[in-house]
Formats: sequence, C-alpha cells, structure tokens
Amino acid sequence: MELKPYAKHLAAVIALAVLAGCSSTGGTQDGDMETEGADSGRDSASAQGASSADQQSGTGTGSGMDGADADGIPDTRTIYFEFDSDRIRSEFESVLNDHAEYLQSNGNAEVVLQGHTDERGTREYNMALSERRAKAVERYLNVQGVSSSKIDIVAYGEERPAADGSDEESYAKNRRVVFSY
Amino acid sequence: MKYLLNLCFGAALLLSSAIAQADLTIEITQGSDRAIPIAIVPFDVEGGESLPEDMAEIVSNDLERSGEFEPLSRNALIAEPSQSDDVNYQEWRAVDSEYLVVGRVEEEGGQYRIQFELLDIVGEERLLGEVITSERDELRAASHYISDQIFEEITGIRGAFSTQIAYVTAQGGEDDRRYALNIADADGHNNQEILSSDEPILSPDWSPDGKKLAYVSFETGEPAIYIQDIASSQRVRASSFDGINGAPSWSPDGRKLAMSLSKDGQPEIYVLDIASREFERITDNDAIDTEPSWSPDGDRILFTSDRSGGPQLYEIDLSSRDVQRMTFTGNYNARGRYAPDGDSLFMIHRDDSGYRVARQDLDDDRLITLTDSNRDESPSVAPNGTMVIFATQQGNRGELGAVSADGRASFRLPSTEGNVREPAWSPFMN
Repeated sequence: MELKPYAKHLAAVIALAVLAGCSSTGGTQDGDMETEGADSGRDSASAQGASSADQQSGTGTGSGMDGADADGIPDTRTIYFEFDSDRIRSEFESVLNDHAEYLQSNGNAEVVLQGHTDERGTREYNMALSERRAKAVERYLNVQGVSSSKIDIVAYGEERPAADGSDEESYAKNRRVVFSY
Repeated sequence: MKYLLNLCFGAALLLSSAIAQADLTIEITQGSDRAIPIAIVPFDVEGGESLPEDMAEIVSNDLERSGEFEPLSRNALIAEPSQSDDVNYQEWRAVDSEYLVVGRVEEEGGQYRIQFELLDIVGEERLLGEVITSERDELRAASHYISDQIFEEITGIRGAFSTQIAYVTAQGGEDDRRYALNIADADGHNNQEILSSDEPILSPDWSPDGKKLAYVSFETGEPAIYIQDIASSQRVRASSFDGINGAPSWSPDGRKLAMSLSKDGQPEIYVLDIASREFERITDNDAIDTEPSWSPDGDRILFTSDRSGGPQLYEIDLSSRDVQRMTFTGNYNARGRYAPDGDSLFMIHRDDSGYRVARQDLDDDRLITLTDSNRDESPSVAPNGTMVIFATQQGNRGELGAVSADGRASFRLPSTEGNVREPAWSPFMN
C-alpha cells in the first residue's frame, strides 16, 4: 500500500510525459515542508476532483460509463454516501467498476481516495468516519482485482467541504469519496 | 523511520509571526441569574493623562464575561472615588451593588504604578488592596491580573482572565481555502497568527506549561501532528504515519502526547513519550478510537469509541488497561474533556435538536446539555473549570461561543471575517 517516494515520482514523470500536463498524485507525504503548498501536485489533484464533482452534480449521478478523459481516467470521480454510512450505494457501483478497470489496465496508474464527511459531529471522529468511507471504496476496488499498492487514502473528515452550506443539499454533496489521480 | 520527531527547518515560511489579525469581539448572550452586582469605578489617572487602555472597563468586561458578576453600568455610578479613604459607604448602599472596585494610576519614568482596592459595601471593609507596576504595553495584562484577584477573593476560585485561547480560522471557498492557527487573549484581544496553510489545520492542544501547541496539519497533503513552540515558532513533527494522525492531547506532566493513529487499520489511541520518541499502543479493537484526553491526575485517558455502535465516551486506566464506558445518554457522545477537578466531563452530545455541549457529573452520571445551539463542536474547559469555550455556527459561519460550566451564562466571540473554530483554552500562564 505504501509507495516509495521515488516510485510515485516515477509514476508522476511518466504520467506527465504521457498525459501532457495532467496533474500527478503528488507524493508529498514524507518530503520537505512545503511553503504554502499552492503549487503542490496534491492541490491541483483535488481541484481537478472538485471540478468533476461539480460536473456531476449538474448532470445527475450514476452512469459513469459515458465518459473518460483523453487519458482514459473515468470522468466521474466522486461518489456520495448516506448520512452516517460507509455503504457503497448501488448507483455508484458502475463508477467504481470504471475506476477499477482503469486502474487495472494502466500499470502505472495510482489513485488517492479522499474521504470526506459533512460538517455535523466532532472533527476527529468525522476524520475516522471519512477514512472508513475511503476504505469501503478500497475494499470494493480490491474485490474488482485492484491491488492496494495502487491505492492511497487521505481522510479529510469535514475539513474540506465541496459545498459550504449548512443544509441537507450541501451535506449530501460533502459526504463523499473523491478519486484523485 | 518517519515516526521520529523530525526537525522541520523548512517551516519558517509557513510560520507567520505577529501578523495582526482582526480581533474577536465579545457579545454577552446570557447573564447568570445569580450574578453578583459589583461597581467598578474608572481608575483615576494622575495628572489627567488618559491611558491607552481603559483598565476599569477591561476588568468590568472580564468579570461580566465570567457570568459570576454583573457590573454596574458607568452612568449608574454615584461617585468616582479612586481610593478607599475617599469612599462613603453609606452613599454606596443606595446602589444595587455588593462590592466596589477603585483604583488609581501614576506614571513613573515610563512605567505605570497601579493601585487597586476591592471593597465590601455592606461590610464596609477593604477586602483587597495591592499596588502593581506595568509597562505601557502591558496594561491589558495588568487589568486581567486585577480581574483575577477580584474574582478569586469573592468566589474563592482562581481567576482565568490572564489565560489565552488558540483557535483555527478558515477562509475562502473550495478552491482557495486558507487555514490559520491563531492565539489570542481569553477576551479575544491580541490576536496573533502562528501558522497558516492552504490545507486543513485542526485539533490544537496546549502543553501544560502554556508554551507549546500540538496540532494536526495537512500541509504536506497528508495529516501529521506537530509540536510548535509559540515564542520561537520552532517546531517538530511528532507523528506522520500512514493514515490518520489525529487528536493530540498532552499529558498533565507535559512529557507525553496521546493521539489517534490508524496505521494499524482503524484508529487506535497511542501515547508518544516525547523524550524517547517511543509510541505505545493503548487501545486494541476493531472500532474507531479517537479524541483522547488525559484525566487531571494523568492516570486515565478519556476517548471516543464506536465499539458499541455509535460514538460514546470511554475511559481507560493506564496501569490496569481496564476500559469503562462513561456515557449512556443518547446515541452520540464524543470529544470528551475532563473538568480540571476531574469530577465531571464535558462533551458534544447529540439530541433531537442537534449537537450540543453537555456536562456529565461523575457522581450521579446525569448528563445536562449546556447550550441551545445545534451544531456545536470542540468544547475546551477553562483551567479553573468555570467556563467552556466551543465552536458553533451562526448562519453558515463558524464562530466561537462560551458557556459557564453550570449553563447559566454564555457569550459569543463573533469574528469580523471567515470561519472560526477549534478553540483550545490555555492552562494558567502564571
């Protein structure tokens, strides 16, 4: 599950070479302190995930089969959860299947599963719940044959909401796992 | 060996020292029905020069904020004596006030010499009289010291007005978030940003000597626990395992840090010995264990676990490793903190209306909600146990609130901008 930093780097280099500018996973975990972090790969990765989440909320959820980037990464990169639940909803299974297929057919591809909760409840407990959501996705991918060595998990809890409102609509958008490539 | 405490020399650019930020303000929302009336006369300044700070007003605000006192408004003062010899007790009996505070300030070679007295109006007795000296830029601190003396003399409880709070601010939207860790005086003044990042910062916790903060920062893209010396801004990374590195909590002796780590699968409670850099696993089961907090005697750790289904508070005895469930009211009790005397717990309790600050006394295990908001988080108890500061929501914005331990008095600390959250009340600083 843990990648050596150089391996991530290598993957990033290859990805950059092949994908002409698509963002990498940004393996910054054990590196030097970053200054402000604005230019880190992780940031652009999450911004990318966010824009696809926006797309998705505009077009409805579920299909996932209808699109992929030129690089083959499935377009739909966010799946949503019920309140207080880490159960994979059946309408998102096709999304996960697409990602499983992509990860398996691209030897160098890795994904960071970013787990999130809505703002209700305590922050550190939510951190743990968001990790549980990301791990539920990981287990699903494992069953589809994706090795955990291709999967990293970052649990954000309620710290990075996709929608800032304090209403059920916003909460529903925030209870999510984002695929960040 | 990334779990070693690495010196983080590259951190300097993240540490923005002494940047002045907008102060938090205080808005009393509910005064206690038991508040003691007290008259605080503006301090006389020798030579008529005005002070940069209105010391009597600072004292008055401190005492009112505690919920224990109800200061008389200035226009209700019937006279403005500056020392006890000038006080006509008979005259003061006409106002609804049990106590009177008078003071005078002289400047002596750039220093201020401040004399204050606390008088019992009914007993016609001087309870306190003290002379202190202060630099010009320490007059607020001197005022908080005076508040501490008055509070302790009348209530018998040590004052906590000279303490500080740490808190996190978050500004911007999804693509341009900025998180900052701040410290300020307990009344919201003298705000100072000590760390900023475009990745989340949370869970600040003061070392028992008040000189360091432990916190969680995602600045590398993954969560890690840091310990930062406030005066020097130097810091070390205490924990950066795979997975969650969360909820740091200092032991009362300052030598250890309890935390929640998910490196073995699900989050478990660990204790880091700071000097030896050794981690000891404390809990071991298939559930989430997080939000540890040390008992005041250092013998036990309170934590949140969902081993029974929903989150509840448990206590583990560090020598016997016996685990005891502490909360049974409702299906959500989390982020517990002991009162300084160890006799009660404060926590976030969910009921039909939402997430509220609650207290549970350990002699009868009765749980009482203290707030009537519905999205409260992160309760932190003042070192004298009289107040609890917490994060709450006003509209869509996060702000800080505080409530007295008995729930009778409360105040808000609105901020001019951004979301304010994750308050941590410092220990006594002196």
